[in-house]
Amino acid sequence: MIRAALTDLLLVGPAALAVVLFIFLPVGVVFGLAFTDYQVGAAQAEWVGGANFAQLFGSRLGRNALLNTLTYAAIVIPGSVGLGLLVALGLHGMATRLPRLSALLRAVYFLPVAATLVAMAVSWQMLLHPSLGLANTWLQALNLPGQQWLSDRGLVLYTLAGIGIWQSTGYNMVLFLAGLAAIPSTLYDAAAVDGADRGWTRFWSVTWPMLGPTTLFVMIVTAASAFRVFETVATMTAGGPAFASDTIVYALYREGFVYFKAGYAAAITVVFFLALLALTALQMLLVERRVHYR
Amino acid sequence: MTAALALDGVTKRFGDTTAITDVSLALGQGEFVALLGASGCGKSTTLRILAGLDRPSEGQVLMQGRCVTRDSAAARNIALMFQSYALYPHLSVYQNIAMPLRLRHLSVAGRLPGAARFSGAVRRTREDIDAQVRRVAAMLRLEPLLARKPGQLSGGQQQRVALARALVRKPAAFLLDEPLSNLDTQLRADTRDELRALHRDTGHAFLIVTHDQSDALSMADRVAVMIAGRIEQIATPQQLFHTPATRAVAEFIGHHRMNILPQGPAAALHPAGKGLDLGVRPEDLRLQADGPLQAVVRSRAFHGEETILSLQDDRGTALRMVLRGGSALPLPGDSVRLTAPPEALHGFDACGLRQQVLS
Repeated sequence: MIRAALTDLLLVGPAALAVVLFIFLPVGVVFGLAFTDYQVGAAQAEWVGGANFAQLFGSRLGRNALLNTLTYAAIVIPGSVGLGLLVALGLHGMATRLPRLSALLRAVYFLPVAATLVAMAVSWQMLLHPSLGLANTWLQALNLPGQQWLSDRGLVLYTLAGIGIWQSTGYNMVLFLAGLAAIPSTLYDAAAVDGADRGWTRFWSVTWPMLGPTTLFVMIVTAASAFRVFETVATMTAGGPAFASDTIVYALYREGFVYFKAGYAAAITVVFFLALLALTALQMLLVERRVHYR
Repeated sequence: MTAALALDGVTKRFGDTTAITDVSLALGQGEFVALLGASGCGKSTTLRILAGLDRPSEGQVLMQGRCVTRDSAAARNIALMFQSYALYPHLSVYQNIAMPLRLRHLSVAGRLPGAARFSGAVRRTREDIDAQVRRVAAMLRLEPLLARKPGQLSGGQQQRVALARALVRKPAAFLLDEPLSNLDTQLRADTRDELRALHRDTGHAFLIVTHDQSDALSMADRVAVMIAGRIEQIATPQQLFHTPATRAVAEFIGHHRMNILPQGPAAALHPAGKGLDLGVRPEDLRLQADGPLQAVVRSRAFHGEETILSLQDDRGTALRMVLRGGSALPLPGDSVRLTAPPEALHGFDACGLRQQVLS
């Protein structure tokens, strides 16, 4: 009995210790720091209660970062999930008639996922360059005015959202393709016999409900990555111009690693962590039971 | 009488392979026909063409004498029960059964939740659908299960839901793909009776596709035997068993495979054996001390109510015979003499076609 317990401890112990030491403990420290005014390198810190949180939600800058992140996510989530589904439907339908082209396009759509986003950001910067970029050249060819894609305060967030959609569509497409391949073809036959033999009726009566579990997963994954948006902001705009593209994680990076305000950065982390946790839990609770059909 | 559903000279090719060749088959009003064949013989392809899920490469599909070859599955109003049942897993039993009616009788707008509140016509249609769903559910004893999802049902219950979904819209013909293959032995026997009763009560034309000859012979009015993409014979179960039209059918039908004595040596059994191959069912062979056929027992298998002997005659032909009862069975190695009554002999010419054997 005791031997068995010791064996269990020996097997589980080291990994558990590492998890506690390197994950739970730091998270605990971050939660603690969030209520202090600690600065990196300082000898001591004062307990400030909820002041850091008040600053995040109360200051113009803090609210701006929160609102920008929400706006970004509100565009990227439906955009890349919808586009991913659309592309997957198209490629899935094409796979029987033009298998080679379908496979080629699948690789093309997946490239942005496989590529390093920081490197891709440089190419985007070239494409979006106000005078030399391809984007404005095309607009001019269509007799439309060129845009200051990355330095127009009203536009920059939408530009970044567009790049976000471009980046995650391929990943969502792959997930949807797997979901589509898993739908039994007899279900489509049954629908055809029942009277849903084409187009929307077929989509709504078979494809969409059968993709439920996939869609839920894709939504959660996309939401998590959209709220974490950082690389494009850091490399292309640095949150500018005038904080127009400032997002939560970029603000966290700036406060913590540029201004060394560890306490405030910790507070942002806590809010971000809780928000993501709540979002995921909500999606699971609300949607899960309506998707798995048990 | 015009057939409810018929195939006329249908051939289906997939690329270079031909799945079915020149198949003609008629399903009369209220008739129960079985399409019997080994797996891979093309019977599922035939079914899909009948249902409108596939288009034939050549030939026509007719309903009540009208050509429907180019019509969609939905337009034909043919019900099809799938081997895998193919129930919609996200819908309750009630919604599954209602699905064909909703798709047929309600517009896209009418199917939206709450549409009945705005339109009297939609409300009446929905009440009508509700009544039909409950009628079919009562017929198949599904009332207690209406709120469940297919995932919560047993195999037999799922099968009844699939039947209900196929029956609910009063189809022009009712096709069943291997309806019994996923059921255990007891349930199988019950379901056979139930299908017969259902056929009698509804009066629809039934076509059942099966690889199991006891299903086909016990349920159907007529059986179409399909071998390697061709229909070899269409006949009543009795005709099929007692007067198989070809050698292939003779060897296919029957619980025990028919013995075939090649032309020449077969003359020992009957004079017709000089010019024909002679078939004799293992049940029809008898042990007889002065029988014309000499054979050696190779092995013996006890199967409860019957015992199967594997034999080899003096010309090297492998034979099988079935003995009932336990009286003085020969042992492996024993030499025995066999006979068969002339009326139990089936003659086949060099092309495998049946020829009369005079008794």
